[in-house]
Amino acid sequence: MLAILVLLAILIPVISPYDPSAQDLRAFLQPPSADHWLGTDQLGRDLFTRLIYAARTDLSIMVLAEIIPFCTGIFLGMLAGYYGKWMDNIISLVTDTFIAFPFYLIVIIVAFASGAGQRGIFITFMLVGWIVFARVTRGVTVSLRQQEWVASAQTLGLSGIRIMFRHILPNVLPQAVVVLMTDMVGLLVAIVTLGYLGIGIAPPTPDWGTMISDGQSFITTAWWLSAMPGLAVVYTGIALSLVGDGLADLWRRR
Amino acid sequence: MSMNPILEVEALTLSSRANPKLVHNVSFSIGKGETLGLVGESGSGKSLTLRAILGLLPQGIEQTGGQIKSSLSSAMVFQDPRGSLDPLCPVVKQLAEVISYRQGLSRKASHQAALELLEVLGLPLSLRQKDRYPSQLSGGQCQRVVIALALACKPGILLCDEPTTALDVTVQEQIIETISALQQELGFAMVFVTHNLAVASAMCSRLCVMRQGQIVEQGDTLSLLQAPQDAYTQMLINSVLPVPVLEGGEQR
Amino acid sequence: MSHGLHIKDLTVRYDGVTALDRIQLNIEEHTTLGLVGESGSGKSTLARVVAGLIVPDEGIISLGDEPLTRKRSRAQRKKIQMIFQNPDASLNPRLSIRQLLSEALLFHGIVRRSELEQRCLELLARVQIDGSALDRYPHEFSGGQRQRIAIARALSVEPELLIADEPTSALDVSVQLSVLELFSSLKQELNLTMLFISHDMGVIHAISDTVAVMRHGQLVEINSKDRFFARPDTAYGYQLLSAVPKMPAGTYSRRDTP
Repeated sequence: MLAILVLLAILIPVISPYDPSAQDLRAFLQPPSADHWLGTDQLGRDLFTRLIYAARTDLSIMVLAEIIPFCTGIFLGMLAGYYGKWMDNIISLVTDTFIAFPFYLIVIIVAFASGAGQRGIFITFMLVGWIVFARVTRGVTVSLRQQEWVASAQTLGLSGIRIMFRHILPNVLPQAVVVLMTDMVGLLVAIVTLGYLGIGIAPPTPDWGTMISDGQSFITTAWWLSAMPGLAVVYTGIALSLVGDGLADLWRRR
Repeated sequence: MSMNPILEVEALTLSSRANPKLVHNVSFSIGKGETLGLVGESGSGKSLTLRAILGLLPQGIEQTGGQIKSSLSSAMVFQDPRGSLDPLCPVVKQLAEVISYRQGLSRKASHQAALELLEVLGLPLSLRQKDRYPSQLSGGQCQRVVIALALACKPGILLCDEPTTALDVTVQEQIIETISALQQELGFAMVFVTHNLAVASAMCSRLCVMRQGQIVEQGDTLSLLQAPQDAYTQMLINSVLPVPVLEGGEQR
Repeated sequence: MSHGLHIKDLTVRYDGVTALDRIQLNIEEHTTLGLVGESGSGKSTLARVVAGLIVPDEGIISLGDEPLTRKRSRAQRKKIQMIFQNPDASLNPRLSIRQLLSEALLFHGIVRRSELEQRCLELLARVQIDGSALDRYPHEFSGGQRQRIAIARALSVEPELLIADEPTSALDVSVQLSVLELFSSLKQELNLTMLFISHDMGVIHAISDTVAVMRHGQLVEINSKDRFFARPDTAYGYQLLSAVPKMPAGTYSRRDTP
């Protein structure tokens, strides 16, 4: 499912005869047809093409904005879980404080502060995104730390950093990746929400959120304008969750 | 073997999808007040046999052959005493509940009966004043409570699955003595599963040696241990590490 | 008295509870001390302190002439290795046997890369595991085999002192016997000093030269093996020994002498 979407996003310039921003005012608000698979919008732009180009923006932002928090989160989580004591106290204090704030509140504040657009989303996620990973990793690390093989690695004289990366990391990764998948869904929804609110991706770059809000005014006459991007979000969300589940099963079997 | 067996297991076969012969063709019988030991290493099917008698097979395992005939009710004592008790319920209350359910007594009467039973099992009298949670008792005390729970059902057969394995030696000794004394008094029969031959020899009049789901040898405890016929039995006996006899004569 | 392990006034407290109370203990070089005691007596804590996994509140541990510092150097850690009770948890499930064995060898620069394979095979041979095991993972082995691999890994850094914390308690009796035999032969071949912990008197009798008894965090008796098993000095030692269930007389008559 995810593969289809990614493939489409990559191949779209080849498949589609239309330019996502090209306006064709003669063919505005057309219902789905053979020429325009999902119809056109109020400016006569092909909806299918825009939808997939939007997938390009949204998915790539999602992945990019998730990578750095993923790494820092795991690293900090392992530090907290492995070394405990003051290290754990500080890191846990920070994560708990952030968790106490409603997620969207932070996102909207930061987005306003840094101005709309991709930069806002990146900054927000650098700030908040790592929390989930740090918490999951910390929990897993604390329980792994009680395992005898960690103690035996310590008696072998291996350094703490080495034990963390060589021994604990491979055991933590499966859980973290599964969390990554669910977290990506959340992030995607956040990006789309921001776009919808008008503080996310700035037009004319196609984005599902802005597409939904643009289509809103025509909801009675051209329902597909809002419905299709909405369905795209649902589709991607389900795809990511399934990938997460699949990975979890795969790892459990080993 | 016994004249009037109260429990007969005939050609019992237990299977799961992966292994059709988890337990294969196991037969034995026990008379009133008798103790039979099932000994063997892990995976020999001894615990499964016990669970089949109790009628509590784990999911995915089915009885595919043979029959179990028993004229009396049975109750079981498990290996892990703490795991067999509800950690959120004080022990006297737990026991009283079982008594009132099984014997249909009033709350007050069952509470009284619970205290008496716990006293028989050698639990401290302080429980009379103040009930305690399982976490406040030692492992040995918990196991006594578990035995009390099993006895509250007035079973004709007590099934014991490694009841002393999780305990320290001194406590193990006390529990073995307690179980033996109760058996003398109440006259129930026992099936005793253990991997420890010395414990089995102290408890049981007859032994079945199990290996990979089958009984390889069975017979009278003393003659089986002194003159084993099967090579596997001999190997098990050889694996027991001897502890020399203390000087100055022992009572035991 | 310059060699072996020396422990002086060792004390460990957890949240106000004294887990170890001024322990004094010496293990002579190339001998095995069997440490017995019931659960909660502090024997595992003692093992972990000696292994450097728990930092003691007071007291000095020295190996040979060298007192072990609070924060141990790599060289100091290398000299003391430990085998744990639970064979399911003693090996990292995500590393192959080759990775497990070679890790410490490379980290400490004990062998060159070209000799690595050879060395791993030697280690496996030492614990009687077939060389084909190298590319397999811990879950493919039985409990006894995993315990052997854990021993091979501990031996890879050429320790002077080997601590074994109930290494055979989770194993079947027949497997237990063969693992104990392995310990005995390794002790002889490699001149190891051993601290062997068990609650099983039979195991202690089979492996020890000296026996130490712990109770409630204190060391109550240290005695030579023969004397302890015949005439223990303390009432507690006597109590422990007499509680061991015995096999009926005549059972051992056909036993081959080990």
